[in-house]
Parts: sequence; structure tokens; C-alpha cells
Amino acid sequence: MPDEPLLSIEGLTVSYGAVEAVRGIDLTVKRGEVVTLLGANGAGKSSTLNALVGLAPRKARRMLFEGADIAGQATETIVRRGMTLVPEGRRVFSSLTVEENLMLGGARHAARGDPAAVKADMLERFPILAERLHQKAGSLSGGEQQMLAIARALMSSPDLLLLDEPSLGLAPQVVDRIFDLIRNLRDRGLTILLVEQNVAQSLEIADRGYVLANGRIELQGAAADLRASPEIQDAYLGA
Amino acid sequence: MDIFLQQLLNALSLGGTYALLALGLAVVFSIIGLINFAHGELMTVTGYAICFALIWGLPFPLAVMAGLAVAVVAALLMERIAFRPVRGASGTTLLLTSFAVSAILRVLFQNLISARPIPVSIPASLSGVLTIGPLHLGMIQLISIIVTLVMLLGLNLFLHRTMAGRAMRAAAEDFAVLRLMGLRANSVVATAFAISGLLAGVAGLLWVAQRGSVDPLMGALPVLKAFIAAIIGGLGSLSGAVAGGFLLGFIEVILQAYLPESLLPYRDAFAILLVIAVLLFRPQGLLARKTPVKL
Ligand SMILES: Nc1ncnc2c1ncn2[C@@H]1O[C@H](COP(=O)(O)OP(=O)(O)OP(=O)(O)O)[C@@H](O)[C@H]1O
Ligand SMILES: [Mg+2]
Repeated sequence: MPDEPLLSIEGLTVSYGAVEAVRGIDLTVKRGEVVTLLGANGAGKSSTLNALVGLAPRKARRMLFEGADIAGQATETIVRRGMTLVPEGRRVFSSLTVEENLMLGGARHAARGDPAAVKADMLERFPILAERLHQKAGSLSGGEQQMLAIARALMSSPDLLLLDEPSLGLAPQVVDRIFDLIRNLRDRGLTILLVEQNVAQSLEIADRGYVLANGRIELQGAAADLRASPEIQDAYLGA
Repeated sequence: MDIFLQQLLNALSLGGTYALLALGLAVVFSIIGLINFAHGELMTVTGYAICFALIWGLPFPLAVMAGLAVAVVAALLMERIAFRPVRGASGTTLLLTSFAVSAILRVLFQNLISARPIPVSIPASLSGVLTIGPLHLGMIQLISIIVTLVMLLGLNLFLHRTMAGRAMRAAAEDFAVLRLMGLRANSVVATAFAISGLLAGVAGLLWVAQRGSVDPLMGALPVLKAFIAAIIGGLGSLSGAVAGGFLLGFIEVILQAYLPESLLPYRDAFAILLVIAVLLFRPQGLLARKTPVKL
């Protein structure tokens, strides 16, 4: 089934007690695509990503990843299947060294390839981390921590990478570096679902996009169409 | 000189036992936010296991191994049966659950074994006095100190050199993200309980070796002390628990040695006063973790 999407979600709802953060959204990601999920603060973007990996309370009519039902599965099971999340705010293990963070990222994935080779590849791709292997992760700068968080997630050789606001709180040049990195991952064929508030750069990198507002999908389409749409122009691109 | 050195040994061995117990409490607390008041019953269970193994005729070293194995298994069972169903519940729920486990075990010990102390025959070679030149040192105190140091060193190596140990340190920081690494929450929690069981088992062994008997309430007082030690050190901080344990040991031994006779019954009250003083100046404990526990 080459045409079947890698991820296919129907009617996803996320509620925290009385607060309904996500109200029945449909979402698909095809293999090799970069899809971006945009929206204002509190729109439900993080809740959506967390629900996909089982870290937020979720209900859905359908939650298929690589053809398998992941609706009731534990986070660790979903990650072992090949979908992982770089959470909002980076959340590196700050009292562990850079190397230990990477090791934990690859701890469960011997089956998905040789962890030593993945690590060597990671250090080649992130020379900043190679220089700081034995430093505590908490002592890295914000941009370096974001690189580490992404590298740590890549250690599991995922099929689908979820990124939650990787550019948040970083200086403009560092933001450019993060987007270069995402572009590089895309060019290597990695499938990515990217949550961002940096609308211009995300739509440049993505194939398709969704716009969330108050837990519902307000707009969706090809990235180029979204970029040209008057709603996006008014609300996000300030034209 | 002789007396001073003997007091130092007493302080180190008592403090070491508190440190092991406090460390067991902290290992579990740092990962699931549970203060396990049934930790003392793990000590008691070790004492009974050693006692019965000896009565059965096992040689002392084998009895010790059996005691430690029973402690680890008991800790794992406690987690599986009592604490896993309430994992992620509020701190109060967890605390009450651990009180219940502790109470149930004490009643079982009293009704199924005996409400009164049972003597444990410790080999004479352990209860002797070691004479080095002019010095007479308690053998059992020396052994306690060595065993404590070996345990602390071993735990440190485990936490820093093995993947399971790294996973435990990471879980103490951010359990949700550890699961994003594909590591099973249940195995990490079980590892924490196994370690706390082993630490309680070793503490129980040292306690029984010094006192030569087991009773249903054996673990109650030392675990209360260990809880105080863990609080002094900053709950959830492992090095804090060790520091707090040794500090409390020293305070108790010094008070025991230098308080006037009429005040001796108030020794524990003085020790707790000092703890309150520490907490007044550092409410987060001496070596507190910076971030609150996340589940
Ligand atoms: N753990 C939680 N408990 C209760 N409410 C929550 C929780 N997490 C999120 N919410 C609420 O759900 C709604 C959506 O939050 P979410 O974090 O998904 O938004 P977001 O689009 O990621 O926003 P941001 O751009 O600020 O990161 C918000 O109203 C938020 O307050
Ligand atoms: Mg968010």
C-alpha cells in the first residue's frame, strides 16, 4: 500500500478535564512529506503532538501510524514503532552529559540500526555537540540544547519526527540554523510534522500545512496556497 | 583518643545506616514522588528472612544473601501490588497508600510471626572487638562502615555507568521525556524499587547485626530517622540523602556522648530541633534538586 499515509488521524479530541484543547481534527502525513501545523498561542498545537505520542489524554475515531492502531498505546510503544517527538521547550536531561542524552535517545533502538553508527553520524552532523560530549546538557546554550534535543530524537532513527516549536526563544541566526537543519532532514527523506509560530519560514520548508484555531482546523492546503491565502497574509505574514 | 575514635566509628556506622535508608527513600521519591513509609518494613522483612534462614541451618553468608533477595522481591511486590495502581495520583494519596502498606505488614508480622523480639544468632566473629595497638574498635561498626561505602560506591557506578542507571537519573528529571526515548516507565520504576529494596535490606542486615534481634516494629524508628535525613538533604536529592544521613548520625552520637544524663531521654527531640533549624534556613534542604518532580 504505497499510497497509504504514514500517519492518518480522524476525529482527534484532547480534553484536560473541562478544557477541550483539541476538538475533533483530521490530519494526515504522507511518507516523505513535511507538514506544518500553525496557530496562535493556545490553539492546541502542542496538545495535538502530545496526543499523537500518548502524552496527552486523547480520543479519536481513528489513529493509524504505519497502518497500525496507536490509539490505546503507551508512549514508549509508539516511539518504538518509529514516531517520536521533540517536545516544546527542548527538555534535554540537563544534569546528564550531552553524550548520555544521546545514548538514552538510542537506548531502545539497537533493532533499528547500529546505535554507534547513528551516533557517529549525529556527531558529524552536529559538530557543536561533538565538542561538548562530556559537558552537562544544562550548560549548553538554548540553540545548542535544541540541536541536542533533535539529535537525541534522531538517535532512534524515527520514520516520523514531530517537532514542537523548535525555534522558540532563539536568536534569529540560530533560528535560521534550526530551519537549515530541518531542510537538511527533509532532503534526506525524513517525514516531519512541524509545529511552529514562525509561519513564513515553516511554509517555505513545508509541503502542506494546517492552521489550528481554538482546537479546530481552520485552513489547510498546499504550503504555497496557504502562503498566498489572504487569511494567512493578514493574520501571520503582516502583508 | 580511644573513646573519640570509637565515637567517630559509632557516628559513621549509625549515619551510614541512615544514609542507606534515606537513599532508598530518595531513589523512589525522585522518580514517582512517593514517600514510602513502608520502607521500614523492608528492613524488618530482611531481619526475619535472615533470622529464619539461620534457624533453618543456612550458613550466615547464605542467610544474608537470602535476606537481601527477600528485601528486593518484597520491594518489587510492594510496587506491583500497592503503588502501581495509584501511580500518578496526588502526593497525599501515595503517602496514605504507603502508610496502609506499612500498617498491614506490621499486623502480619505481629500475628503470623510474633509480637515480641526474636533473637538472631550473629556469628561471634562479627560481634568482637578489633584491637590495633592501643585501639579497641567495634568489629560490627567497622563492617557497617565498609558495607555502607561499598553500597554507595556501587550505586554511584550503577547510576553513571549503566544504561538503566542513566535512565533512572533521566527519569528523576523528566519522566515523560524518558518515555519518549522508548524506555518503559514500568521497568524504570521497578528498577528504582529494586534498588530501594536492596538498600533497605542492607540497612536491615546492619541493624540486626548490631542489635541481635528482630521485632515487628524494627523498621519504624530508623525509617523515621531516614525520612528526617532525606528532608535535611532535600527530598529527591540522592547526594542530599547521604549527607543528611551522616549528619543525623553524627548529631545523635554527639548528643548521646555529651548531653547531661538528665537530658538524655530528650536526645531525639534535640536532634529534631536541629533539623528544624536547618529547614528554617534552607527550607528546600541542604542539597535540594532545583526542579520540582514531574510525572
Ligand atoms: N496539561 C494541561 N492541563 C490543562 N490544560 C492544558 C494542559 N495543556 C494545555 N492545556 C490547555 O489547552 C489549550 C491548548 O494548549 P496547547 O499547549 O496545546 O496550545 P499551543 O497551540 O501549543 O500553544 P503555544 O503556542 O502557546 O504552545 C490551552 O488552553 C491550554 O491552557
Ligand atoms: Mg505549544
